[in-house]
Amino acid sequence: DDKLLTEPLSHPDFFSVKELFTLKDLFDARVHLGHKKGCRHRFMEPYIFGCRLDHDIIDLDQTMQHLQLALNFTAHVAYRGGIILFVSRRRQFCHLVESTARACGEYAHTRYWQGGLLTNAHIQFGPGVRLPDLLIFLSTLNNVFEPHVAIRDAAKMNIPTVGVVDTNCNPCLITYPIPGNDDSPAAVELYCRLFRMTIIRAKDKRRQSEAVEELQ
Amino acid sequence: TLRLICTTTAVQKRNVGASGPEKYTEAFIKKQIEEFNLGKRHLANMMGEDPETFTQEDIDRAIAYLFPSGLFDKQARPLMKHPTEVFPEQRKIQWGEDGRPFHFLFYTGKQSYYSLMHETYEKFLNVQKHQDQLTAQDLPLQKEKRNLAGSRWLTKIELEEMLLEKVSDDDYSRFILLLQKLVALPCADIEEKYIQKFSKEVPVQLQKVVIEPLQHDERGVAFSTGEGKRKTARANAVVYDSGTGKITVNGIDILHYFPVLQDREQLLFPFQFLGRIGKHDMVCTVSGGGRSAQAGAIRLASARALRSFVTEKEVEFMRQAGLLTVDPRVKERKKPGQEGPRRKFTWKKR
Repeated sequence: DDKLLTEPLSHPDFFSVKELFTLKDLFDARVHLGHKKGCRHRFMEPYIFGCRLDHDIIDLDQTMQHLQLALNFTAHVAYRGGIILFVSRRRQFCHLVESTARACGEYAHTRYWQGGLLTNAHIQFGPGVRLPDLLIFLSTLNNVFEPHVAIRDAAKMNIPTVGVVDTNCNPCLITYPIPGNDDSPAAVELYCRLFRMTIIRAKDKRRQSEAVEELQ
Repeated sequence: TLRLICTTTAVQKRNVGASGPEKYTEAFIKKQIEEFNLGKRHLANMMGEDPETFTQEDIDRAIAYLFPSGLFDKQARPLMKHPTEVFPEQRKIQWGEDGRPFHFLFYTGKQSYYSLMHETYEKFLNVQKHQDQLTAQDLPLQKEKRNLAGSRWLTKIELEEMLLEKVSDDDYSRFILLLQKLVALPCADIEEKYIQKFSKEVPVQLQKVVIEPLQHDERGVAFSTGEGKRKTARANAVVYDSGTGKITVNGIDILHYFPVLQDREQLLFPFQFLGRIGKHDMVCTVSGGGRSAQAGAIRLASARALRSFVTEKEVEFMRQAGLLTVDPRVKERKKPGQEGPRRKFTWKKR
């Protein structure tokens, strides 16, 4: 059992996450498009490649690295049977995100976030609840263009977060930010596809390793 | 500032009421069902009946016999029913042994409501896709009008019962709006089965008043009957089509039964209105009420009987004249703290 858990940690890319996407894929899905210069957040400046006619362009090389780290982390969490919660407050993609979560066998929350969900869970759900082990944000802002409450709550409850941060978002409290576009349908579909593939891959690998262990 | 850590026992006391109503585990309910079945067989044995064919009514009778109780409230008496009727239906624990919840929307808080919205939106997208396919093939979109008059959507309380969790007013209105949007699409017939789960039939309330046809007695004379009431008086009138305008009440002629002119005027008013004073005979029976109430009851009964002799236009005239309306005025009850229905006690300044 110990071997099952420690073996993936020795490899830098145990789940070969790098093969899932290329720079061209990201470019075709319009991930590099940011918002206008006026909407730019101060802490996103390191991730921005440049500005053309007031339009911010996100640096895709950095995005590649961050995306690889984030996907690797989600794969490890899924391998260890952790609860993953997809969060997004964008009405256009609510259905897509929920169907992705259902396909992976994980959980989603694309509706109004009640204040005490994470911090007051034992009273809201009942004693003995298990909180999510990872939060994935497909969009860090809520419908009033303010940072989602779940980022702060997850930081309070020591839950790691993975989030797609756009040029108008605050990447501070997110453990694995992914600078990229969160408004285009093509970009969000790409992210959903990537997360779904990593999680399914990680779970399949876990089942295979367990089967191998049982045979021995 | 120092934070007080060791507090009094009163503050540490667990708030029993805050945890909500008692939650029953599945194992507990199962045990209760087994005990109930065993107890049923024991009871059948005790009463000397066959344990296999011992129904719920037999159980109730047996319990009423063995434990006679003079308590007024029926629900306070000893009771032996199947546990599913006794313990209210509850949400069982939502997660498995390893802690992972069963439903994928568990962390939203309102999982059944949001999963319902998710499903409905999926049907909506399906219908849109189907529509797009039809337009791509240049086929006409079907438009059969759904009968909106005969159906209504589920009420909020019915939805709450269906989902087993509380639904707020905003959520309910959102759900209804989404359903209406779905129904408004041209190709919504594909998802007809799904929509029928949330719509209920409303029985048509307005029914056309059926005017009974004329009946004929042994001599061949056409007659028709009518019932009427006023205050506590009930009357049954039979109007014959023959000649003289003779009117008999309870076997007595109206001149003797109603000495007062006002009552006789009331009786004759329907005939006078239609201009058929000398043309119809009437035999009626009346009971209850006082002199004026009996007169009003017979008037209504005769007007109803006359509908069969008369054209539809004249029936409408009668209705507008108020001959066919039941007079709803009854004696108002006396209230405590007052001398009569409206009269208050004399107000004394000192």
